[in-house]
Order: sequence, then C-alpha cells, then structure tokens
Amino acid sequence: MADIAMQPRMAKAQIREATTWDQLRTNRNWLGFWFMLPAMAFLIFFLAYPLGLGIWISFTDAKIGRPGEFIGVENYEWLWGDSIFWLSVFNTLLYTSVASAIKFAIGLYLALLLNENMPFKAMLRALVLIPFIVPTVLSALAFWWIFDSQFSIISWSLKHLGLITQNINFLGDVTWARICVIFANIWRGVPFVAITLLAGLQTVQPSLYEAATLDGASKWEMFRYITYPLLTPIIAVVMTFSVLFTFTDFQLIWAMTRGGPVNATHLMATLSYQRAIIAGQLGEGAAISSAMIPFLLAAIMVSWFGLQRRKWQQGENND
Amino acid sequence: MTDLPTSRIDLKAVLSGSSPTVAMDDHSEGMSYLQSVPRRLVTLYLPLSIIVIVLLFPFYWMGLTAIKPDEQLLDLDKFNPFWTWNPTFKHIHKLLFESYYPHWLWNTMYVAVCATILSIVASVLAAYAIVRLRYRGAQWVGGLIFMSYLVPPSILFIPLATVVFQYGLFDSPLALILTYPTILIPFSTWLLMGYFKTIPFELEECALIDGASRWQILTRIVLPLAIPGLISAFIFCFTLCWNEFIYALTFLQSTQNKTVPVAIVNEFVDGDIYRWGSLMAGALAGSLPLVILYAFFVEHYVSAMTGAVKE
Repeated sequence: MADIAMQPRMAKAQIREATTWDQLRTNRNWLGFWFMLPAMAFLIFFLAYPLGLGIWISFTDAKIGRPGEFIGVENYEWLWGDSIFWLSVFNTLLYTSVASAIKFAIGLYLALLLNENMPFKAMLRALVLIPFIVPTVLSALAFWWIFDSQFSIISWSLKHLGLITQNINFLGDVTWARICVIFANIWRGVPFVAITLLAGLQTVQPSLYEAATLDGASKWEMFRYITYPLLTPIIAVVMTFSVLFTFTDFQLIWAMTRGGPVNATHLMATLSYQRAIIAGQLGEGAAISSAMIPFLLAAIMVSWFGLQRRKWQQGENND
Repeated sequence: MTDLPTSRIDLKAVLSGSSPTVAMDDHSEGMSYLQSVPRRLVTLYLPLSIIVIVLLFPFYWMGLTAIKPDEQLLDLDKFNPFWTWNPTFKHIHKLLFESYYPHWLWNTMYVAVCATILSIVASVLAAYAIVRLRYRGAQWVGGLIFMSYLVPPSILFIPLATVVFQYGLFDSPLALILTYPTILIPFSTWLLMGYFKTIPFELEECALIDGASRWQILTRIVLPLAIPGLISAFIFCFTLCWNEFIYALTFLQSTQNKTVPVAIVNEFVDGDIYRWGSLMAGALAGSLPLVILYAFFVEHYVSAMTGAVKE
C-alpha cells in the first residue's frame, strides 16, 4: 500500500531539469526571438542601418567611390542657399498638396458612385483598379507619349475641335509640365483612394440613411452628417499613405520629365538622385533626402491621431 | 494599434456590391427606387463613365500605339489616330527578337519571385510570433514594423547604394532580392497579422495539448487556414516588386541585368522618333503579366489593399 502511495511522487522526481536547449526551444520569449529573427535581420540591415547611415552621410562630404569625412552641417548650409533645392521643396509641396487634394475629392466621389446599385458593378470596380496595378513607370511612359509635344493626341483632338491652333508643348512648358505630372499622379492614385474608401463605405449601415430620409435629410446632409463622420478614420489612414507616397514620389517624374523643364518638376527625391548618383555628390544627395524626414514625421503623426480617433469612435459604437 | 477591434470588411461584398448588412436573399434595391432613371443617368452613369474612360484611355492608347505602323503614328492628318485598319506586329517582333526584352522580363520575374518568397517566409514567422507567441514587447515590435512601412525607398536609396557596394552586390540581382524585402516585409507582416488574428485560439490550444510544437502548429494548422491571406500577401508583394524602380535604377548598371521598368526608361529612350511603337509595346508587355495575375485574383488583391489600411 505504501509503495503505491509513493509511486506518483517518485515519477515526479524523474522529470528531468529543463536544459538551456529546452529553454531556447520552448520559452515564449526565446521562441519569439527565433521567429522574429529573419524579418528583423532584413529590417535592421537594410532599413534601420541605412536610415541611420543616410543621416550620417548627410554630415559628410562623401562622393561615389570615396568615403567622406565629417564636415558638420556644411551640406545643409550649402542647400540653404541653393535656389534649386528650394525650388524642389516648393515643387514637392505643390505636387503633394494639389495631387492629394484632388485624389481625395475624386476618389471619394468615385467611391460614392461605385457604392450605388447598378449593372456590371463588380466588373467596373475591377476595371477601376487597373491603373494602380500597372507599374508606374510604364503608365508614365504612356503619358509621356500622350503628352508628346508633336504627336500628342490631346493637342490633335483640341485642334480638331477648333479650340487651339498650335500644339500645346505639354512637357516643355513650366506650368503645363507641372499640370501634366500632377495629372498623371492623380490618375494613378485615384483607384487606390476610391477602392479603400469604398470598402469603408460598405460598412456604413443602410438603415442610417433610411432613418435620415424619414427625418427629411437632403442628400448633402446625409453625406455630411452620416457618411463623412463614419468614414473619417479610414480617410485619415488612406490620405496619410497617399500623402506619404506622393511626397516621396520618384518614378513618375523620372520617367516623364526627369525634373525638367528648367527644374520645374524636380521633386526632392529626383533632385537627391540627380545630385547623389548622377553627379556623385553622395553627401549632398543624402542631405536632401534627410530633409524629407521632418515632413514624413508630420504625416505619420497625422496618421497616428487618425488611428487614435478611430479607436475612440469604435469604443463609443460598442456601447 | 495592434489590438484594434476591426470590423472586418466583407470582401465578397466589396466586389459584388451587396451590402453585408442586407440579407443575401433580399433583392430589394434599398432606397434607390426614389431615383428616376434620367436622374440616375446624369448623377451616376455620366460621371462614372467619364472617370472610367479617363482611367482606361492610356491603356487603349498604349495598345493601339504598339500595333500601329510607323507612318500612321507620325502622320495624324492622313489617318484617324484613334483607330488603325492595318495593325502590324513589327514593334512587338522587334521588342522580342531584337532587344534584351525577354532577358529583362526574366530578370524582373526572377527578382520579384525570390524577393517575394523571402519576405513571405520572414513575415509569416514574424506575424505569427507577434500575434500568437506574444513574447515580451510584441506590441512594440508590431508598432515598429508598421513604422518601417512608412519609410519610403526615396530616402533609403543613397545609403543603401553604399551598403550594396560594400557587400560587393552592386550590379547583381542579389542586391535587389535582398533590399526589396525591406519594402515587402512590413506590409505583408501587417497583413498576415490581421489574418492570423481571425484564426481561433482554441485550435492551437488543442494542438498544444496533443503535444504539437509551435512549428508544427504553424505549418499544419495556422498556415493552411491562412491561405487566402498568403495569396493576398504574395500577389501584392509580387506587384510591388515588379513596380519598384528607384533601387533597380540605382543598383544595376549593365544592360543585361536590368529589370523591365528601368530598362525601358533607359535603353529604349534615345531620341529616335520611330521608337514610340516598340516603347509602347514594351510598356504593354511589362504590364500584362500583372494585369493577368490581377484578373485571376481580384478579390485577394482588394483584400490586400484594404487589409493593409484597415488592420
């Protein structure tokens, strides 16, 4: 009898101690570490380290093929007095603000239109997204051809309609070039804004609109007091992304104008490429791209507050 | 940010248009009976068709230019520029047999597939660890990964160029395969975290009781259930790789190694006015693989796009 009573206790004693290997294999934190390792390795070596390195390079006089020496804020001082740099800042702000505002307006309008009941709806939605799928550079080339100074189809059509007599020099004229690149950017960005906002629209309950109709609300009032407030959080996120990617745009400009005519379409990203890689002044180029960081941080802050607001709103809805 | 109680969007509904809140067998049109047909024509169909035409016109123009004979391309007065009655395959032939185009296409494909697979593997592990292992600081790491999504390539390419040079990867596809994951991992981790959260905890608990290791749980239970998410992540990453320009432009030099977007901009654009046909053919051929992929996986695509914003 006593033996039987003893047995479980003996069995317990036989459990071996957890070795270091066991801990590495099953401990939650260690396991998490192993699982995170590949992603973290990539992000540290090719994202965090270059980010820091870029800021360091902007304080040196590095050139291609020659590691630079620390020269303090000389690059920034030089940029401060550089009118082309300021022009590129102006262009970037103009490009971002105009393109984002119009993208938002048309995207929201398109989302509202696509949210209606109509035949071939699914197909239309799929078609709308195509500009977003196609590589930017390739569609930019199509625009380059459409905006060609001699063979532009737009000039041709306007001439045949009798509106103009001379070809418009789309990409050779300062104002027109800016309009053209902004147009191409809007063309590419609208589908993204529209489809994501549409996804947000479909979570809005139709009963809210029915109730509002009974109360005698007009279409505008329904949009202003139902649709818009419920969409605000997703608008904040979508627009942050849109602003961020418009601000740092490179490929569209590079494929269409390469910053010309007379630097009228140079964005900060294209200018930094030109200075750093083509002219070989790595330090100066890095300074230009580091100068974008404050703007990006501002955009991220807006996104953060957008998310906060969303949390607050959802908490309220749960009551 | 990671613990948002997301009201998941019904993606089927996004695409098919039925509101998720309306019962499926309910064919009522909601309040749309209040609108007359002529009114709908002006407020809905007209603006919609204008927008769709503007959005699709460049593709029509690309396709038309690619098959037009040269003399028609440059003579807008004698021929109607909006149509052609005698299409030619000269430009496409030139593209495929007299240039490195197939080479470039292969490079792009190779880089995109390798970078995508690498990133998906890394993100599956990371997303699973953040959502389910919940090690100390997992929330913070999730937030940091989201932040790294917001770091654009335009501010990284200069330092990355020096890094690539130091490691001796300059002008090799490996440079792109190793750097593209920095764009892809944050995005796909974020997307997969959302998918993993929807898989019931109980399944894993059962497996743990049955003595499965974490690795077995991941490969036998979580991954099969997250296949839609994996497809979304895969397609979106692939598209992003295909679309990437600035790294490829900076890190590759020899003509043969280039990817399609870079090669077309750099190698095809040379003052010759007769290049338009093959230039547009190249742009079209470079877009087609993505459009075909998209046509098969529209739903996954939309879910990837909205998922990344929502989660």
